[in-house]
Amino acid sequence: MYEKDGEKYFVVDSHSHFWDASKENWVEGAEQYAKGWIDCFYGYHQLGPPETHWDWEHYLKPSVEDFERDMFVEGHVDYAIFQSTYLREWYKNGFNTAAQNAELLEKWGDKLIVNGRFDPRDGQKGLDEFDADMAKFNHKGIKLYTAEWNGDSRGYKLTDPECYKFLQHAQDAGVKNVHVHKGPTIWPLDKDAFDVADVDHAATDFQGLNFIVEHVGLPRIEDFCFMAVQEPNVYAGLSVVVGGLMHARPKFFAKVMGELLFWVGEDKMLYGGDYNIWTPKWQVEGLVDWQMPDDDQFADYPRLTTASKKKILGLNAAKLYDIPVPAELQLPTEAGENLQPGEELVEGTAGAQA
Amino acid sequence: MIEAPEGVSPEIWAALDTVLDPELDEPITGLDFVESCTVTAAPDGDIVTVGLRLPTFFCAPNFSFLMVADAYDAVSAVPGVARAEVTLVDHHASDEINGGVAAHAGFVETFTGEATAELDDLRRIFLTKASVAGQDRLARPLVDAGAGPDELATTTLGELPESDELTRLRRRRDGIGLPSGDDAPLLIHPDGSPVTSEQVPLHLRRARLQRVGIETNGEYCKSLLALRYAPGAATAP
Repeated sequence: MYEKDGEKYFVVDSHSHFWDASKENWVEGAEQYAKGWIDCFYGYHQLGPPETHWDWEHYLKPSVEDFERDMFVEGHVDYAIFQSTYLREWYKNGFNTAAQNAELLEKWGDKLIVNGRFDPRDGQKGLDEFDADMAKFNHKGIKLYTAEWNGDSRGYKLTDPECYKFLQHAQDAGVKNVHVHKGPTIWPLDKDAFDVADVDHAATDFQGLNFIVEHVGLPRIEDFCFMAVQEPNVYAGLSVVVGGLMHARPKFFAKVMGELLFWVGEDKMLYGGDYNIWTPKWQVEGLVDWQMPDDDQFADYPRLTTASKKKILGLNAAKLYDIPVPAELQLPTEAGENLQPGEELVEGTAGAQA
Repeated sequence: MIEAPEGVSPEIWAALDTVLDPELDEPITGLDFVESCTVTAAPDGDIVTVGLRLPTFFCAPNFSFLMVADAYDAVSAVPGVARAEVTLVDHHASDEINGGVAAHAGFVETFTGEATAELDDLRRIFLTKASVAGQDRLARPLVDAGAGPDELATTTLGELPESDELTRLRRRRDGIGLPSGDDAPLLIHPDGSPVTSEQVPLHLRRARLQRVGIETNGEYCKSLLALRYAPGAATAP
């Protein structure tokens, strides 16, 4: 919980990790990929305020004490959702597996949610593994990193028939939330790997699932927004938007937030801190302090109210994950449904002013 | 255009300046992707060696390939150049890309089994995005000056003052066969059809979103490149 100026904010970090990128965990012969991956993360890390930077060696593997301090002691986080990313082609024991993350459950079972994953290319073995995970963790959410390497394959799409089988299976098993993360190497390589059209199809075909597109579809925010405005079960995961832009590129942060507020809307935006790419403290505090600049170029973007910040920082995610929110941290119940953002434009009923 | 580094002829630099990062819609020169460029005189003409670098080890291989291949073509076409050698450094697919471009192999042959087509469609998608974003850059000042939907829907390129942005938009449109002459409308849909005054508000919203998308990517890439190659960087390749 974070309190500022008499307002209390319930904080759900919807995108966290507890990774092991230590050299001991690099797969022999694939060291350049293991290093390339974490180096890429370290680049993003340095877009945060300088005083929050870790040295590279330390960054490879946070300790349990780091995690506790950064998330719960200093970071204001009430609940964190772990997104598991395996990358076993590069990391011997996996980069950030559900099992790794679940070790922390023993300590903070009332503050952590561990999401599962599947890889449709693993066939029956993958389904079995998924079922075993479900039996153990009863996952409400899963993370799908579609650019993950697997044998000769460099990635998959949600619309692959095999993946549909897995999505159906997951939905039947009680999964509610699917976090989708795109990456650069998807077969076939000649196509745009960041295209989110497959999420569009899957969201239409699986109405029982919510699709949270991580990093708001970066680097294809525009495709993501056009899709999200039309699909009621698609959400924007703000990790990387806050961490990567709020400090380093404030003007662009304002523009991206403005576009998201317009197209996607404050009810479907989820804060994610992306630990330990960044620590949450400065992101949470910065977001609470943030307001759209007064400059003319931002004039027609929606404004963030205290209520919108409460939703984005935690209440929206709490709803998706049925996380209990103390009464004093909830918003007063609203009467009536809000108009979907951007709807008046998509329906072609916009006013004439440009 | 930023100035040619010492020792690089203006002609070679101008050739590299025509090479775009298709995603970011900016020349590789201004993006600081040209790590080195040396010219060696040989009896039958100059040998030009160019090293390219990118913001991360995992930048998408298709766009990376396009930049290396385009730089190779652009430099090879400069009069007096006998041979161009363009290589990508510090990238997970450096070997494949460098080998493929040097051997004049297409993308499919370079990534056997991993690609099903050449990159023309991909390039077209991104030129289309760029020409949408460009409309925001040119229309925004008109909107700010009070132009309404009726006026915007009938504004042609020839009515706009000459500017780098106008030239840029004309070039992007030329690249995909969209109207770019003086009588072409400023606002057109991705398929080239004109935007009606009723469609103007949504069209402008989309154009601005497209521009924000591309320019934000550019900011990330520039920041990450600067960090990756900063003196003493822990992640120095």
